[in-house]
Amino acid sequence: MIIVNFLLIHLAPGDPATIFLGNLGTSQEYVQAVRERLGLDQPISVQLFIYMGNILRGDLGFSYVSQERVLKLILERVPATLLLVGTALVLSSVFGVILGVISARRPYSLADNLNSFLALIGYSIPVFWLGQLLLMFLSLKLGLFPAQGMVSLRRMPTGLSYYLDVGHHLILPVLALGLRYLAVNSRYARASMLEVLSLDYVTTARAKGLPERRVFYRHALRNALLPVTTLFGINLGVIFAGAVLTEAVFAWPGLGMLMLNAVYARDYPVLMGLLLVISTMVILANLVTDILYAFLDPRIQF
Amino acid sequence: MQHRLREFWKSYRRSIAGVVGFAIILALALVAACADLIAPANPFSLSRDSLRPPGAQHLMGTDDLGRDIFSGVVYGSRVSLLVGFLTAGASTLVGILIGGIAGYYGGKLDDLLMRLTEFFMVIPRFFLALVIIALFGSSIWGIILVLAILSWPMTARLFRAEVLRLKSQEFVIAARAMGCGDLRILFEQILPNALSPVIVNISVQVAYAIILEAGLSFLGLGDPASMSWGVMLANAQQFLRQAWWTATFPGLAIFLAVLGFNLVGDGLNDALNPRLKSRVIRIDSLKLEQA
Repeated sequence: MIIVNFLLIHLAPGDPATIFLGNLGTSQEYVQAVRERLGLDQPISVQLFIYMGNILRGDLGFSYVSQERVLKLILERVPATLLLVGTALVLSSVFGVILGVISARRPYSLADNLNSFLALIGYSIPVFWLGQLLLMFLSLKLGLFPAQGMVSLRRMPTGLSYYLDVGHHLILPVLALGLRYLAVNSRYARASMLEVLSLDYVTTARAKGLPERRVFYRHALRNALLPVTTLFGINLGVIFAGAVLTEAVFAWPGLGMLMLNAVYARDYPVLMGLLLVISTMVILANLVTDILYAFLDPRIQF
Repeated sequence: MQHRLREFWKSYRRSIAGVVGFAIILALALVAACADLIAPANPFSLSRDSLRPPGAQHLMGTDDLGRDIFSGVVYGSRVSLLVGFLTAGASTLVGILIGGIAGYYGGKLDDLLMRLTEFFMVIPRFFLALVIIALFGSSIWGIILVLAILSWPMTARLFRAEVLRLKSQEFVIAARAMGCGDLRILFEQILPNALSPVIVNISVQVAYAIILEAGLSFLGLGDPASMSWGVMLANAQQFLRQAWWTATFPGLAIFLAVLGFNLVGDGLNDALNPRLKSRVIRIDSLKLEQA
């Protein structure tokens, strides 16, 4: 990933030194001096080596716009995004599994069909449009929720009321972001449940005369939930993408807003830093899920 | 061939979801094809009527620069369909090639290609696309290229699994015994029998490409030279308070288009893989989907 990042910078049109200086009509010698200071006169392989060394030391460079350290800018924004993504991920997993299990209990019943319908909508609606709709109707029209940001700036609440205020701001973005994963999780839990219910050991349990409730919630549910855990890591990349869009709609002060501003200002060091940090998080999450899955499911061996 | 098509339609017709989806896509394609006839105005032409609500003169109202939103929505269908179909088409070709070679030859080559595929699956697709487009500048063709490069792995895995399943079957062994070359076996014998999951996957890919393009445009990375639904939603963001119509209609268009392709995918799945009746959304592709 670091190499991909590096190659992207170098393949991009324009010389970093010229971008760095802007179109101020600087003299050729000055451009050359900056190139030397940034190490751009070294061969590519040496530059890659330096770049990797810098990243390993946590140095992601400086923002073109604010001249601050990229790593600092990113770390400042992480908590807000984690709050949004974490809440959406946890709630959509829990409710998704519940809905999926209800569906699997009586497949093709009214409840199941309603769930399928909800899943279809959740699966087709763009996150940012859902956000805009919620914002327009529940917040701006009806005034039920705050429209922008994470805290009410005018009141500057403290203590408990601060947390309540953040929670109040959190509801709409989480709804917008979570619906898709609610749909994904409920479909997946349903399919997984139905698959497990058709296995021999479930038939055996039924043949032993165990009550259906026990077979369903004890024997089947446990094994059916296993594959659902894999969704966690796989979905993280998608949910981060959704978070950027959601943050753009609700002006939520997280990584997404940072990214949006970096896109508009063409602030490349910040963009590259964000790409690197988010990719690393997603790849690590995938690794952790794989290991966790192997740990939970004794059939899998490496 | 005609006979097979009729057979296929007969089993496809049984899925209500599929038929509804097909109707939506057909309508969308018609709108895109006849955009010049349907749209009352040039979607870029400015006028003094800024932020007018929907009415007789402007069916879906106007935006802040007085552009007719209905015309924008009509012309936007071209962008979405173009991006959707070309992305899905290109990524499917690459996926078939890589998945086919990996599955057919196996061994070290398979390992190498599958590691590559996994690498492309875990990297966050949306962000990489976003950064590449921010760096290299935005055009429709650039967006299509980037999305296609980032979305072939799913197809490659699906197709590889099919090739693995088929390559030890009797008709393939017979073809080899008759002296067919590897490429002929792969593309003439195996390919036609391995297409159904790939075809189902195409409609999912189209739906996803449309959403991704809209998302990129929404973040200000759309092609400035074309009127796309995502760009319209990005414009609308500042006027949510005054003008609900600026955001509602383009978004509805994206939603319907994506819904249409998802429903078609569902219908195709029921018709082509009758054993895997999972209704509404196919789990196998859903499980592995990445942004």
